[in-house]
Amino acid sequence: MSGAGLADSLGKVRASGRKALVPYLTGGLGDDWLAPVAAAIDAGADAIEIGIPFSDPVMDGPIIQQANDMALEHGATPLSIADALRDFDAPVPLAVMTYYNIAFRMGHDRFANLLNTCGVAGAILPDIQMDESTAWIAAADSHNVENVLFAAPTSPDERLKRTGELARGFVYAVGLLGVTGERASLASSATRIAARAKQHTDLSVLVGVGIGSPEQAVEACSEADGVIIGSTVVRRLIDGQGPGAVGELIASYREALDAAYPGG
Amino acid sequence: MTMTDPGPSGRFGDFGGRFVPETLVPACLELEKAFTEAWADPSFRSELDRLQRDYSGRPSPLTDCPRLSEELGFTLVLKREDLNHTGSHKINNVLGQALLAKRMGKKRLVAETGAGQHGVATATAAALFGMECMVYMGEVDMARQELNVFRMKLLGAEVVPALSGSRTLKDAVNEAMRDWVATVEESHYCLGSVMGPHPYPFMVREFHRVIGSEAREQILARHGRDPDVVTACVGGGSNAVGIFSGFVDTDADLVGVEPAGGAAVGAGVPGVVHGMLSFLKQDEFGQVLEAESISAGLDYPGVGPEHSHLASIGRARYESVTDAEVIEAFQLLPRTEGIIPALECAHALAWMSRERAELAGKLVLMNLSGRGDKDVTQMMGVLEL
Repeated sequence: MSGAGLADSLGKVRASGRKALVPYLTGGLGDDWLAPVAAAIDAGADAIEIGIPFSDPVMDGPIIQQANDMALEHGATPLSIADALRDFDAPVPLAVMTYYNIAFRMGHDRFANLLNTCGVAGAILPDIQMDESTAWIAAADSHNVENVLFAAPTSPDERLKRTGELARGFVYAVGLLGVTGERASLASSATRIAARAKQHTDLSVLVGVGIGSPEQAVEACSEADGVIIGSTVVRRLIDGQGPGAVGELIASYREALDAAYPGG
Repeated sequence: MTMTDPGPSGRFGDFGGRFVPETLVPACLELEKAFTEAWADPSFRSELDRLQRDYSGRPSPLTDCPRLSEELGFTLVLKREDLNHTGSHKINNVLGQALLAKRMGKKRLVAETGAGQHGVATATAAALFGMECMVYMGEVDMARQELNVFRMKLLGAEVVPALSGSRTLKDAVNEAMRDWVATVEESHYCLGSVMGPHPYPFMVREFHRVIGSEAREQILARHGRDPDVVTACVGGGSNAVGIFSGFVDTDADLVGVEPAGGAAVGAGVPGVVHGMLSFLKQDEFGQVLEAESISAGLDYPGVGPEHSHLASIGRARYESVTDAEVIEAFQLLPRTEGIIPALECAHALAWMSRERAELAGKLVLMNLSGRGDKDVTQMMGVLEL
């Protein structure tokens, strides 16, 4: 269980002048999948995205697809992941990242209630855009679940404005045109979309998709309030590296971000 | 009113919508606007008509089936979409979308394909318009439809295997959507059925409406009345929507035939995948189930949202047939009428053959949406002749 909200926690990080670091880890990836989550928190993560695996993750590249498949084969379900989170003591806010059909199938109200009762602060559903989200956002709001919305490089200002109004928790700025995965260099679109999104919201703007090194994270944060890293974390888990390797990885991002943006 | 413009929400009753990542929303809006303008533009319509006539060979004929009708005990009439250029109804939609893509200044077509018919049609249009073409196809389907893979390559397309999940049509759609997310500024996603996010289900139906319009005129001229039953196979459901659109305002029974292993309407519950809310085969948690069908073109766990709507209001009904029934029915038309149907179409034939008592004495129109040449290699391994 965790008590803090995403918007509040990330807002405090921003107010301190530091940058937020939010790793993604696939839920249910092995029996002991919470160990690397704990390691990421210990290494300085400001919030954690927990993936609920889905059969058809269209916004994800090969690494996270593979992690989804492995977790599903291992028997992970939304309920098994929720049960594990209920007993997990997280000092930072948690958000689940999954696809809309998981929420739709369970029912908006039941899904939002489930998240709330197991201490999840937010939800990130990349395949439901705001024009289809009204009913889901209302359900999430009523259960104190912060529904994150996306700002894409293709979004015109008019949509960024509405995203800013309707998003809760933070605004997820999509760093590039494409699916999740590491890239050799940071796309120029990453800082551009972060800067544009920030003009339309008081929430923190975090860049995700395409960040694969501490240097790229530092670069993205020249505009963004923080970064989300997924594939680079999950790749280590798929390769059989344990919580220690995840902790080291997160620490390296933490160190680079704090060196570049010490705050205070 | 049924089968009209769903409006900006893209809803057919409770179904449809636009469930895509934010990255793709502006592209869907742009496409909706471009289609609406083009469809109201006489110069676009006349260019499409010209292509359908001079390139594709429309109108497709209506063929009576005296020998098979006698055997089955009802009057069977076929709408011959199998005689279109590239061998199926898919070309109707593809010519429309390629012409639209050209109008929108897109240089690259991305497509998914199951049996390969939509991929071949897209590769054909890309060649015709001088565009780059990328087709995603499940690895399993590439093996069972190798002839179409070769045709696509011959037409200059790149064919990329979808290696995830069931490695069939569903996974090819995932890969095509991932490509589109990455290349949305230069690519048009040439979706091959009446599925996906708005405006695709509406737009693709309009491009296939010609099937139903022609058939209505043809059957009235030939038989002097509307048919009692109109039937077609349903995977995503584009050929069925095309023929149904011509008869939805008549008293005809509209019957879609799904494979038993991929019966989204028959065995699914509402769900959201591939941009749309529609009936979907899924487990209790919302994980999409893998379809299982002998026919690569129908091997899909979802269905176009307008079919879900037609089923829910009772205007159309959806029946399913087993692979064994399909294999049996596949042999009916060749022997009695000299026509080899696509395995997909053999589903509608299988349903009619099974339900011949119910159909006795009726006038039945079936959309023969594709020819079976592509299936011959696969069937050589199944049938001993």
